[in-house]
Amino acid sequence: MRATPVPIVRFPRTARRVAVYRDENKRPWTFWVLAALFTAYVLALYGPMLCIYVLSFQDVRGGLVFPMKGLSLHWFVDLFTQVRTGDVKGGFERSILLAIGVTVLTVVGSFMAGLAFRNRFKGDGIVFYLMIGSLVAPGLVLGIGVGLLFQYLGLQASWYTSALGAHLSWTLPFGVLVMFAVMSRFDRAWEEAARDLGATRWQIIRMVVVPILAPGIVAVALFGFTLSYDEFSRTLQTSGPLNTLPLEIWSMTLNVTSPSLYALGTVTTLASFLIIGVCLGAIALMQKRRSNQLGRQ
Amino acid sequence: MIASADISRARGPRWNIASWLYISPLVLVLIPFFVMPILVVLVASFMEHDGFGGMIAHFTLENYASIFTASLTWKLYLSTIKFAVLTWGLTLVIGFWIAYFLVFHVRNQLLAIGLFLLCTVPFWTSNIIRMISWIPLLGKNGLVNAGLISTGLIDQPLEFLLFSDFAVVVAYTHQLTIFMIVPIFNAMSRIDKRTLEAARDAGASRFEIMRHIVVPLSRNGVALGSIFVLSIVMGDFFVVKVMSGGGSASVVSALFEDIGVLQYPPAAAAAVVLLLVVVVMIALILRTVDVRKEIAR
Repeated sequence: MRATPVPIVRFPRTARRVAVYRDENKRPWTFWVLAALFTAYVLALYGPMLCIYVLSFQDVRGGLVFPMKGLSLHWFVDLFTQVRTGDVKGGFERSILLAIGVTVLTVVGSFMAGLAFRNRFKGDGIVFYLMIGSLVAPGLVLGIGVGLLFQYLGLQASWYTSALGAHLSWTLPFGVLVMFAVMSRFDRAWEEAARDLGATRWQIIRMVVVPILAPGIVAVALFGFTLSYDEFSRTLQTSGPLNTLPLEIWSMTLNVTSPSLYALGTVTTLASFLIIGVCLGAIALMQKRRSNQLGRQ
Repeated sequence: MIASADISRARGPRWNIASWLYISPLVLVLIPFFVMPILVVLVASFMEHDGFGGMIAHFTLENYASIFTASLTWKLYLSTIKFAVLTWGLTLVIGFWIAYFLVFHVRNQLLAIGLFLLCTVPFWTSNIIRMISWIPLLGKNGLVNAGLISTGLIDQPLEFLLFSDFAVVVAYTHQLTIFMIVPIFNAMSRIDKRTLEAARDAGASRFEIMRHIVVPLSRNGVALGSIFVLSIVMGDFFVVKVMSGGGSASVVSALFEDIGVLQYPPAAAAAVVLLLVVVVMIALILRTVDVRKEIAR
């Protein structure tokens, strides 16, 4: 920090005022400005989404804009029964399975890489910069590369091979970066204490590192799942003959101009919320267990 | 333990089998799904094409020559960089102040975490759906136009709201601000509150605290957020395609058109050039900060 020390005698009045403000616990004016900005941001974040959820419950006369025409589940039925909207159900299943696979591999890979990157070792710089490269490479470019590579090797591209790998090339570096942030709060003294008490390397990881980092690991899982579930440009050239959900949505945005598009939005959002709920519940449970353990001591 | 760590640092990094074992899953993803695909694209960019989707293994610089001589290339890059800079500026300003509000103004930590999660929830829903959700708001008969007409501010619906550059920037900002909020929030929440109190006691004004403490210590977060936002905008074609209504193009959307007509070698050359541009941009950002400091304190 290059903070130039400001001698207190230069601003005695300011110092006094600050002391008073702390006593009264009064909010500075910037609080209200930023609170307004925050509210506006949250409204802009949720407002449009709420619009399409509401609009998806119109009846058969419904259009893409307000006002609302009737109230029914027509477009949800339409979504899963009409042929013209594509294979939504299959895409949904494939996307969920793919996202689960990506999540598991991302959690394991980024946890291990996070452990490794805590120390300097020969060649770490190369791996690190490759990882950053993989993170920033435009998705479509990478997708084309993977597609051409599979073509060249004579392999059939499919959502569970080439698309899985293409997703991992983006979720894994992302997970490692999140792991960096999580591990920066990890005090290595705990690990050393365990070692001094005779714990093996594996015991240290299983009984000290993983339990302490558990909430962060769940966060990585959540990132992995969402980034894969939602990934479009990396999947486009790599999914093979069967589409994932984002590809279905993409083709719908080009062909379908009915509220079934919005119905799809509502359904996928519900699925996302379900997963977020489960993950947050898991984190809360872990925190509670930990505070219980602390309380007992 | 501390002594042995110092010794190993003095000797410089060594080959470390355990570290390489930990990092191996990451390497096993990066090599087949990042390094090799990019090499394949690089090779393809030097090949001739027969115009029917085939590639002829004959060395040529024709693909690159046509990229650099076409005025379209410069227009595409200009337009993409314009979007990137606008989005980066907006997300940085909004993201910084929201993170600042959450970390320093919301005093109840549980509430701060709750509000933080409120910002991140939409990130876990489909980007495509979130983008489409602007249609009922910004459209010609959308809510914004209807509202403005009913208040008498305008008598004709504003045409520029949807399917325009404006809509593209709105959609990007909507999607990507979270990529700024999260790393900046993380960096800011690691600032020791006592540093701020000490500065205040020493008579520093709130502006001075901001300038000398908060901004320098959030720099890593800002850099990380910028990497995410810039690399996503530079690699995007979906938002530009849908939200501009076909009126604007980006480097990747042009590349996508090439793929659509199976012009692989020219697309590969464009991809290589784009990749170099993105890598240079990110390298410039990485020069200003050490992202790995996030973990190795």
